[in-house]
Amino acid sequence: MAAPRVLLLLAAAALLAVSSVGDASGEGPRGRKLLVLVDDLAVRSSHSAFFGSLQARGLDLEFRLADDPKLSLHRYDHSASDLIRGIATECGVDFDEDPEAMVIDHINYASSEVEGDHTLIAGDDLIQSDVILGSKKIEAPVLFRGIGHAANPSNSLVLKVLSASPSAYSANPEAKLASVPSLTGSAISLVSVMQARNNARVLISGSLDLFSNRFLKSGVQKAGSKMSHDKAGNEQFVTETSKWVFHERGHLKAVNVKHHKVGETNEPSMYRINDDLEYSVEIYEWSGTSWKPYVADDVQIQFFMMSPYVLKNMSTDKTAVYSASFKVPDVYGVFQFKVEYQRLGYTGLSLAKQIPVRPYRHDEYERFITSAFPYYAASFSTMGAFFIFSVAYLYHK
Amino acid sequence: MAEPVANAAAPAPAPGRLRNAFGGVLCAFTLILIGVLAFSIRLFSVIKYESVIHEFDPYFNFRVTQFLSKNGIYEFWNWFDDRTWYPLGRVIGGTVYPGLTLTAGSIWWFVNALNIPLSVETVCVFTAPIFSAIASWATYLLTKEAKGTGAGLMAAAILAMVPSYISRSVAGSYDNEAVAIFALVFTFYLYVKTLNTGSLFYATLNALSYFYMVCSWGGYTFIINLIPMHVLLCIVTGRYSSRLYIAYAPLVILGTLLAALVPVVGFNAVLTSEHFASFLVFIILHVVAFVYYIKGLLTPRLFKMAMTLVITVGLAVCFAVVAILVALVASSPTKGWSGRSLSLLDPTYASKYIPIIASVSEHQPPTWPSYFMDINVLAFLVPAGIISCFLPLSDASSFMVLYLVTAVYFSGVMVRLMLVLAPAACILSGIALSSAFDVLTRSMKFQLSKLFDDGPAISGNGSPNGSSASTVNTSSSKNEKTEKSEAAPKEKQSKKNRRKDKEVTESVSVKPKKEKRLSVLPLEASIVSTLLLIALGGFYVVHCVWAAAEAYSAPSIVLTSRSREGLHVFDDFREAYAWLSHNTDVDDKVASWWDYGYQTTAMANRTVIVDNNTWNNTHIATVGTAMSSPEKAAWEIFDSLDVKYVLVVFGGLVGYPSDDINKFLWMVRIGGGEFPHIKEPDYLRDGQYRVDAQATPTMLNCLMYKLCYYRFVETDGKGFDRVRGYEIGKKHFKLTHFEEVFTTHHWMVRIYKLKPQKNRIRGKLKKLKSQSSKTSSTLAAGRKKNPWQ
Repeated sequence: MAAPRVLLLLAAAALLAVSSVGDASGEGPRGRKLLVLVDDLAVRSSHSAFFGSLQARGLDLEFRLADDPKLSLHRYDHSASDLIRGIATECGVDFDEDPEAMVIDHINYASSEVEGDHTLIAGDDLIQSDVILGSKKIEAPVLFRGIGHAANPSNSLVLKVLSASPSAYSANPEAKLASVPSLTGSAISLVSVMQARNNARVLISGSLDLFSNRFLKSGVQKAGSKMSHDKAGNEQFVTETSKWVFHERGHLKAVNVKHHKVGETNEPSMYRINDDLEYSVEIYEWSGTSWKPYVADDVQIQFFMMSPYVLKNMSTDKTAVYSASFKVPDVYGVFQFKVEYQRLGYTGLSLAKQIPVRPYRHDEYERFITSAFPYYAASFSTMGAFFIFSVAYLYHK
Repeated sequence: MAEPVANAAAPAPAPGRLRNAFGGVLCAFTLILIGVLAFSIRLFSVIKYESVIHEFDPYFNFRVTQFLSKNGIYEFWNWFDDRTWYPLGRVIGGTVYPGLTLTAGSIWWFVNALNIPLSVETVCVFTAPIFSAIASWATYLLTKEAKGTGAGLMAAAILAMVPSYISRSVAGSYDNEAVAIFALVFTFYLYVKTLNTGSLFYATLNALSYFYMVCSWGGYTFIINLIPMHVLLCIVTGRYSSRLYIAYAPLVILGTLLAALVPVVGFNAVLTSEHFASFLVFIILHVVAFVYYIKGLLTPRLFKMAMTLVITVGLAVCFAVVAILVALVASSPTKGWSGRSLSLLDPTYASKYIPIIASVSEHQPPTWPSYFMDINVLAFLVPAGIISCFLPLSDASSFMVLYLVTAVYFSGVMVRLMLVLAPAACILSGIALSSAFDVLTRSMKFQLSKLFDDGPAISGNGSPNGSSASTVNTSSSKNEKTEKSEAAPKEKQSKKNRRKDKEVTESVSVKPKKEKRLSVLPLEASIVSTLLLIALGGFYVVHCVWAAAEAYSAPSIVLTSRSREGLHVFDDFREAYAWLSHNTDVDDKVASWWDYGYQTTAMANRTVIVDNNTWNNTHIATVGTAMSSPEKAAWEIFDSLDVKYVLVVFGGLVGYPSDDINKFLWMVRIGGGEFPHIKEPDYLRDGQYRVDAQATPTMLNCLMYKLCYYRFVETDGKGFDRVRGYEIGKKHFKLTHFEEVFTTHHWMVRIYKLKPQKNRIRGKLKKLKSQSSKTSSTLAAGRKKNPWQ
């Protein structure tokens, strides 16, 4: 069931979270309906470029005020910003506790006409991932103005897409700095994404402006840098990350798991030890419009019983079919064909298929062993000799 | 042994033969009645409860039999079972004693071939009673070989209702012992029969019967050690004869070959120490036979010289062989003995080294009351039987004594082996009772005939009491026979030798009129003693019927209790298994302590991690460790084994004492044996095992405690455990990694599901917590009333 996606835009909290929850079904991995929550409907026009690009990609947007009584999000009796904080915390992202705090960087700020308080950050510490940010490199820095957050490094599900520079810190620009800021340096994340274990994707940004028409259109020059870009990297950044968030890229599916003995085509219910078998699976990636074969050389198959007995790279023929053939180990038990494919930015693939492996049947051993021929000869000659002896003993007078 | 009887009646041919025939019919009729008695006394369980398979192991046997009847013998032979011991699986065909299954399968097949549509379950339920009837007939044969028909009938009747045997063979108790006791007694019968007749035919039958025993039960090692012991005893006491050779040598060779055919035994038949005694005695027997042969060839002086030579050489060879054997055996860590055998030889072995054997209640040493419970008055009759066996001592009666003595020892080590003692006790008690009645009735008859008729006293000897007179006759003739046969090796051909034996018997049995004027008791004393003995027998019968009806008939999967409102039935086990089979996926794995493994696979048809076939200690220790670990660690262990559901048995609500909390220390011990981070002292407070407020935090936080007592406080508000008799230590807690999915009516079985891994990993939740403390405190207030929502 494709649940409606939720796009939350809350100007008061100055942050934006994009979340999409659902399940891969039908043709594409996600539905096309999108809920946009805003504190102020003016956002609709101030961010029209971004929304326009979404709509151009076929998404169906529905705008609502965050305090719309018809939305069941309301049952949590918090303010809208608390709600977003709560969701972010659920996702493993912790915003600065001070709601007035902003990320300040006195070195890597974007230079502008007025010498401001250096809260307009020109971020260029982007994650190295073609899947999340697209294959085309984002040359211009990304403009950011808003609250910073941090993710626990041990949290394997959250990725920092846009990190702050080492000279950044998070504090209230209006107030005097009383103590050491809790968030400093590159530990501050400006934009993070989270891919949950069920492959749902969430993008969390502390800056609503990052998506605004103004930032998308404006030029940027990093302080202290000669290079001036007449267009900030924001447009490319929001387009590419939104593609990723809405599962238009990096979404894999595995179908048609097949295994059989070498030389046969039917899938057996059980293998025997030392059988030779072939395993194949088809892996596709969603391109936004259709399922395309996924090509990689690092997909591995495990033949697994408490630990992998066989671990092998699967070869692919560019038509999405990955296959491997191997010999069943000389151990019987209930094995599993396991494909555990976890790559940065891609949805996780974890396939497990149970298959028992039995020992030899009583009639599958060698009937005669060559090295035992002396023993056969011995026993048969003894039998013959005993027979002759009996005849001789009984009838010889 | 029919011959001597006929001879005894020889002086008065026509009426004697008639009486003999009458005696034979009566005997046959009595045997049929004994069979009916043995069968019907075991039906209490079906009548009081229902026709179901009992306990734990029978469920596995039942499942195997179902498989056999459905797929045929070859599939059974090669059956690799992927639904137990996940993920290792178990090769059923190669690890099971197939005798019982094949027997029941054949009965089922035969009955169905006759177009009698019995279900496999019905056949399985009634296999044990049928075989106890056959076992009592085998007892008759065995005792008759030793002490004549009277003793045989007596022993058969006693065995038919001995409580120890009933406890293992009531209808529904479909376990190996059900057929194994028959096989045991019948093998002994054939051995004694061969020993008495020297017939190669019986020797071959004996090997086949031994083969059946090997197929049926691991207790066959008792036979293959007892018979060599007896052979050795015979040799040492100078009773070597060619009959002994024929009784033993074919058994060792054929029996070992046949035993090696059973997959579960295989090469163990020649490789493990349990079987070495038989080979050693086999060698000794040959040496002795050779010595006798040489003795016949040489003059005494030469023989003496040869003897010294042979003994020196023989000893040297023996030492060499023994040294090699010792070296071989000592090179293996367990000295070539299996753990169970070692725990028999050294009763403290299991408790020291193998907790998994010691943890089984039937492997514990029995208490004194259990002797009275299980063999009742036989305990007092047995000594009399031993004395009777020495009057006179024959090969057969010495075997009985040896059997009894070893069986008493083994029963003292393991309560389960009380079952092996039962036939021995029955046989010797039968002999004792029969001899006593023999003496008493004879003196009564003698006195009466003197009283009413002062005619010749010889008529008293003319034995109207045919059987008892013939008993004396038989034994005396047998005595003669053995004496004679000691001289036998002088004869060169054993065939002739045997014929000679018979002649001797005939000549002997005619003459001994004089010898039989034995001790005669006063009439009153005999009458009173007879009445007392009958009363004793009556007491025994009453006890047996009580034991069969009340003590040993409960199927243990259905429990009952009597209260003021009437009978209350606890059918929780089947309720839980039915839930599993209806509500879980067919490939889901269920973890529980191993006691419930067989039942889960048989009744719920779900894959289990460990079961009652405790072949892999590590796997059991893994489950034990999971049960003794805190929730998260346990979840990780279970998840690595693909477990979906966890099943615990909890008796605290209704007072069912054999629940998982009471077994828990064994889980800790077995788990700690493999995974040293589980330490038994962590679960004990000052050496005491308790789950109340005094319990250690490790105990109160382990998975077993949590799964058993989760929501328990809801039942009475206090959390009073009726098994342990106090309130539990930790009453209000929540489960984070497990969720309760099913609890049976009386809470005896509780099933939990492993929660899937969380979809997201939460952040630190700094400020939000303080903000929401208000709301969470109101939540907490609500939680007091109902913390589980």
